[in-house]
Amino acid sequence: MSLTLFLIQFLNGLQLGVLLFLIAAGLTLVFGVMDFINLAHGVQYMLGAYLAVMFYAMTGSFVLALVLALIAALAFGLFLEFVVFRHLYGRDHLDHVIATFGIIMFLNQAVKYLWGAAPLSLPVPDALSGSVELFPGVLYPVWRLVIIGAGLGVALLLYILVSRSRIGMLVRAGSTHAPIVSALGVDIRRLFTIVFGFGAMLAGFAGIMIAPILSVEPGMGDSILILAFVVIVIGGIGSIRGAFIGALVIGLVDTLGRSFAVDILRLFMTSSTARTVGPALASMLIYVLMAVVLYVRPAGLFPAKGR
Amino acid sequence: MAEVAAERAPVVSSATTAWRSYVLPLVIFALFAAIPLLGQFTAEAYLLSLVTRVMIFAIAALSLDLLVGYGALVSFGHAAFMGIGAYAVGILASHGFGDALVALPVALAASALFAWLTGIVSLRTKGVYFIMITLAFGQMAFFTASSLAPYGGDDGLTLQSRSTVAGFDLLANDRVFYYVTFLCLVAIYLFCRALVRSRFGRVFRGARENETRMVTLGYDVYRYRLVAYVLAGMMAGLSGFLLANATNFVAPAYMSWQRSGELLIMIILGGIGSLNGAVIGTAAFLLLEEWLAGFTEHWKMIFGPFLVLAVVFVPGGLLGLSRFIMRRLRRG
Repeated sequence: MSLTLFLIQFLNGLQLGVLLFLIAAGLTLVFGVMDFINLAHGVQYMLGAYLAVMFYAMTGSFVLALVLALIAALAFGLFLEFVVFRHLYGRDHLDHVIATFGIIMFLNQAVKYLWGAAPLSLPVPDALSGSVELFPGVLYPVWRLVIIGAGLGVALLLYILVSRSRIGMLVRAGSTHAPIVSALGVDIRRLFTIVFGFGAMLAGFAGIMIAPILSVEPGMGDSILILAFVVIVIGGIGSIRGAFIGALVIGLVDTLGRSFAVDILRLFMTSSTARTVGPALASMLIYVLMAVVLYVRPAGLFPAKGR
Repeated sequence: MAEVAAERAPVVSSATTAWRSYVLPLVIFALFAAIPLLGQFTAEAYLLSLVTRVMIFAIAALSLDLLVGYGALVSFGHAAFMGIGAYAVGILASHGFGDALVALPVALAASALFAWLTGIVSLRTKGVYFIMITLAFGQMAFFTASSLAPYGGDDGLTLQSRSTVAGFDLLANDRVFYYVTFLCLVAIYLFCRALVRSRFGRVFRGARENETRMVTLGYDVYRYRLVAYVLAGMMAGLSGFLLANATNFVAPAYMSWQRSGELLIMIILGGIGSLNGAVIGTAAFLLLEEWLAGFTEHWKMIFGPFLVLAVVFVPGGLLGLSRFIMRRLRRG
């Protein structure tokens, strides 16, 4: 377990955490403000990646593809809100689960139908394609650093938006006292729509940013969705701060667990047993963490006030 | 929750309409019993395996409905119990214990133990957090199964043959297996029916409607829920035992969260809080899936929107819809 390997895995964990934050932020807002379980949030992420690939093929420019894909992801999120989700606010959580499950089924298959089942890829923009030398002899891909930077930037922006702006104030008020906000003359429906579209765009952004280093394939949103749920449940539903800390914790625990579980277990058991148990334990680690957090604090680490 | 609760039919009907509550289940089970006879005129093997699958999932759906419909405990990790039941069969068979007299008790005990351990933790949480923590436990089971390298890992485990019963090859015959599954389904149905009407069931349902009140009345709601959770886990374990035998195959995919979602869809499609609904919903889901898949490989593009429409426009499921239509017809 050398220090450089640890450092690299730490950065990888940070990158996963930041990515998770981009997805979890929208999820937790939609969940907190509208009390709506949106399983289809993961397919928004997948769609972002596919749109980026498509627009890149059309325009040949990453920046253009990024902008167009963001707009398209936003538009699609608003479309879904308008056509489906709007009819389900205030309904039982179970109804949310089933309806959004149906949307996942449809979109995963639609993507397969449109772009084929084979994984696609998006090239890293030329200017950012190399590696930097963090320490003598330790190279790290620039693009991953870009992802980390972009994610932290979005986090800062969101923090300012939610805690300092008027719309952020309405979002915070709406998440705890929606009927009162509505009675004070705020069009709560429109607020919901804005929050929803924004969340969808963030998930799409995550998909676009990760597309150059992951293969873009149908169903890619499903596993990350579950991770994002783990994040918001650990962080406390409706809390941006909780989502941020939860995302970093999950990203780091998952990545470091996977890299070092076998080595650590080898201290206690024979190396062949460690090789069998290690990966299993590593992939369970975050769920164990979630169970422990919920056992100790049933409403998550940073429950939004007033809920 | 209140809105859904109001739409549920009362479980215990008045004496005058009591006979009616037997009509629908009798029709359903008579149909299931008669299918192998129909099978003689068509592709028997296909029909038997399809309907066996329906009945196996109906057992799991009944157990899930017990939790979701009668206890408002939305478990999003129910497939894990099925998977544990199935893996019990697979793992024992790979060590030479291919007999149901060994595999079935182990399957039930393993799923009960998992339900008990996870129930202790999950049942302390409420609402959305319960959904998420059961999902987390389901994922744990899924990843454990995927990493069982000696038992196939991700690829799963193929069984040589069905379980023997006390050394006899009884289940190898598809028809016998069909009727064994049928009897299991009937037994589980009757058990659930008796359970929800028992004193235990009334406390359990009472906790769904008004937990504070039940606690004030002196009931330890947590323990009632834990017992129901373990029972439901065991029933799902039974269905996993049957599933492993029906397919001669066990894989981590049996425990995926998508499978848990499908189980939820089955009971919602039928109408939650009704045991008949769970069976009807399962049949509707699996037969619709089979039928659409026969049309096009992109059947999910039809099925997905269908689910959305069903949730938006038919909140009570198929049973709710039929009740609505009946009421309209009676009014003229």
